[in-house]
Amino acid sequence: MGDLAAEKHAKYILLVEKRKDDVESVLMEHLRINGAYWGLTTLDILGKLEAVEQERVVSWVMSCQHESGGFGGSEGHDPHVLYTLSAIQILALFDKIDVLDIDKVSSYIASLQNEDGSFSGDIWGEIDTRFSYVAICSLALLHRLDRINVEKAVKYIISCKNLDGGFGCTPGAESHAGQIFCCIGALAITGSLHYVDKDLLGWWLCERQVKSGGLNGRPEKLPDVCYSWWVLSSLIMIDRVHWIDKEKLVKFILDCQDTENGGISDRPDDAVDVFHTYFGVAGLSLLEYPGLKAIDPAYALPVDVVNRIFLR
Amino acid sequence: MHGRPRKSATPIDESASALKAAKIRSLQSQFLQNHHNKIYTKEALEINAKLIEANPEFMTAWNYRKLAFEHNLSSQSEAEKGDSDHVKSIIDEELRVVENALRKNFKSYGAWHHRKWVVSKGNSSTERELRLLNLFQKQDTRNFHAWNYRRFIAGLKSISEEKELQFTTDMINDNFSNYSAWHNRSVLLSHLLDKKVEGYFPKEIFLTEEYEFVRNAVFTDPDDQSGWFYHLWLLDQTIKLDMPVLASFWPPPGSDLNVPRDLDANKATFPVILYFNEPVEGVSCHTVTVQTEYDIYNNITWSPLSTNKFGCAHAWVTHMGIPHEELDSSKTYQVKISSEHYQGITSLSSVPLSEPWSFAFTVSICHDLQPAEGQSLGRLSLTDANFCTIDSNSNRTALLNSAFQFTNDDEQPTSSKWKSEIIASEIAQYRELLSWAECKIGKLTLARLLVAYDAMITGTEFTPSIAEEVLQLCSELMKLDPPHYQYYKDEYSSILLKQVTSSKESLLKYCWQYKEPTSLNITSPMCLRLNSLSLSRIGSIERLLWVQSLDLSHNQLHSIEGLEALQLLSCLNLSHNKLGSFMALDPLRFLKSLRMLDISYNEIGAHTVDTKRYLCSSPLSHTVAFDKKFKEFANGDAKVMDFWEPFSIFGGLNLIQLDIVGNAAVDERFVFLLVKLLPALKWLDGEELH
Ligand SMILES: [Zn+2]
Repeated sequence: MGDLAAEKHAKYILLVEKRKDDVESVLMEHLRINGAYWGLTTLDILGKLEAVEQERVVSWVMSCQHESGGFGGSEGHDPHVLYTLSAIQILALFDKIDVLDIDKVSSYIASLQNEDGSFSGDIWGEIDTRFSYVAICSLALLHRLDRINVEKAVKYIISCKNLDGGFGCTPGAESHAGQIFCCIGALAITGSLHYVDKDLLGWWLCERQVKSGGLNGRPEKLPDVCYSWWVLSSLIMIDRVHWIDKEKLVKFILDCQDTENGGISDRPDDAVDVFHTYFGVAGLSLLEYPGLKAIDPAYALPVDVVNRIFLR
Repeated sequence: MHGRPRKSATPIDESASALKAAKIRSLQSQFLQNHHNKIYTKEALEINAKLIEANPEFMTAWNYRKLAFEHNLSSQSEAEKGDSDHVKSIIDEELRVVENALRKNFKSYGAWHHRKWVVSKGNSSTERELRLLNLFQKQDTRNFHAWNYRRFIAGLKSISEEKELQFTTDMINDNFSNYSAWHNRSVLLSHLLDKKVEGYFPKEIFLTEEYEFVRNAVFTDPDDQSGWFYHLWLLDQTIKLDMPVLASFWPPPGSDLNVPRDLDANKATFPVILYFNEPVEGVSCHTVTVQTEYDIYNNITWSPLSTNKFGCAHAWVTHMGIPHEELDSSKTYQVKISSEHYQGITSLSSVPLSEPWSFAFTVSICHDLQPAEGQSLGRLSLTDANFCTIDSNSNRTALLNSAFQFTNDDEQPTSSKWKSEIIASEIAQYRELLSWAECKIGKLTLARLLVAYDAMITGTEFTPSIAEEVLQLCSELMKLDPPHYQYYKDEYSSILLKQVTSSKESLLKYCWQYKEPTSLNITSPMCLRLNSLSLSRIGSIERLLWVQSLDLSHNQLHSIEGLEALQLLSCLNLSHNKLGSFMALDPLRFLKSLRMLDISYNEIGAHTVDTKRYLCSSPLSHTVAFDKKFKEFANGDAKVMDFWEPFSIFGGLNLIQLDIVGNAAVDERFVFLLVKLLPALKWLDGEELH
């Protein structure tokens, strides 16, 4: 097992950001702003955020804003809460939230809450607990949680709880580690983790660790680096992360590095991408890997950024 | 990107990729132009369909289709409006585009949602949707999008839950390793149970069958997790009480409390604690009556002992005061606490308390003069040398005695016969499994079944032989499955504490008395010493409400969640444990009587990740607002701004003695701030403060 190739990963991210002409980058166009958030947060955790031209990024982010107040995945794309959170997170990284018209953005997000407390992702009405998390996290970062009915939002999330203590995207839907992160994150931010059966969910989550040390997202599925983030952050928020073997997981993530060209993949020897590079590095940060900035498990931003927003 | 092998691109790959990229990019810009100019012609829709085929995840492209759909329906001619075939052809075209997209990527959120959106407009055939589902659910039996869509169609087309249940049975019979099917089964059965549908009520009929069904799965391949959680769910369905109950309380019924008078504040108060078997809300002066011989207290405030802003907790407390004018009298008061409106107290899922309750005790003022706080305070040392064994007949065990005097008689096992029979038969089955296969799920399940069975038969007592067997199973699991060592270790600790607290006799073995009378005069002469038991978590709190002095040192605790209910606690030793952050001390905030605390030799400040960050009161979780006093305290010193956590913990404590040495967070600056935060502190790390 090698060490973390931090320099190479930083280089890789800066390179991907510039690449625009291959199929992958074109197919990523619709979530470019998510990609920017993954890349920039990774750079910050690696302590390399200065390598980025902050002004350019901030003005590009603002160019993705739609007249409704929400953000699109790229310039000219339709707005959606998923992209709106990424925009806010990027601005938070640079301590630039004040460039936003906060009331306008909050109004956009608040307008997507439904009567039963759930959230639609955009005006077209797809409902998913992912959007509950995204809306709650965004509004919290803007200090505007009072714009929605938090109690109803929490009740809706609880109605998506399953036999295994986990959560699905709508009531009755199967538990999935990514969805669990969203629900636990939303409950954490709203001080509602007492609704969670921590021992039951903790057992389900810790059983995501497979023999190779990696984590899967559902029972009897293959391990994948991205679950390092979703499972780990959930386990940390409910204080059960000691139930897995951290050393084996560190090894699994490091085994997924491309030590030559930088970047991290879903499994050893697969093709790397920014998404898995972010989740790998963020996962290592949650595992207290030396030399990395600490990341907050609920807001998915570096701890110093989150503390700057809430504890100052 | 998932499951794509890593290889470096050849020049041929690269030029092919660039060519394809240019093509998609051109489609993208044509599409966006049409979208922004609201052009919904046939040609424009074709460009969009091509783009979606190349990238089914492009949300804006699906939105455009919805706009076009609405536009084309509303702008049709009068003749077309009467023509249902025309509407149908528009819908069919949308469903065709979705199907193509799903064939390309059956995990596309955008495609599945578009289908739901179109189908919700009506005019769709149930058969066609089920056919599509069968195709995708055969291809990938775990595709959760398809399962979600199936639940959606079942709801939309009113397909019966029994029919859907049969579908899960068929899927499982096909291949039991299908967690998605087991999950859906639990959802459907929960609905059928809730609605008390015939054949599913009473529970025991279907439970027996389900146990057998899932047993087949687990026994076929014990390492396959598909049935594990379903079995645990069945067990929970079998044993869980349907309603919350009052599990224990303080003071004990019939006890005589002798309340010391606080000379400084010139008052005498004592806590009343209500401990429920699960978190409840609604405890207030409207639901609980407090009555003395002379008075009914109308404005008693009950506080939840928990960190959340919703007012719910396992334990609730009120601090009752003796009326001012009565402080000098030697009167004895009868106090009766009873549920006034017990159905106003509810679980988190709004289920009311199962039954009314009440208890009574007497209170008198203790007139023995005590030194006022702040005078001649010696340091209390909690090393082994300062303890001696306790005489179980001595009056020093009065607290313990009263706590156990009545509770045991009150608790009758309430379970019905069928429950214990089901569990006994499961126990036999799993013993059988373990006789031919050494598997972790077998051992774990057997341990859970034994605990459940024993609780059913004996109530809170814990049969020694069963306790031993369960502890043995936990130890074996630690060896068998090292990556989850700590999970079993935590189970072990819970069981061990259950055993220790199961009776007065067993607790007495852990009770010691201070050799010297405690000069601090802040605690009882008896200490419960649960030290050096290698405990990794605490539990059985409801059996420990009487404890004033507690030694948990030399364990492996990284959490003290639960201690907040021990409202009598004045003296607490947590040294030599694994507490990893200041926020791990959050439960101590609720302990208003705590005067002596030892948290030396822990791991506070040694970790970059704080697992208590969202389980404590903090502006991050919106459970408390940011305390403006902290800014005053920091007084512009940027370095002090990092001390928000110790500020929020120690700022609420009233300690006389504190030991905190041996933690990474402790340095000179920290000690300086600590002394500022704790004005009553006399002893810090063994040294007297001046
Ligand atoms: Zn992945």
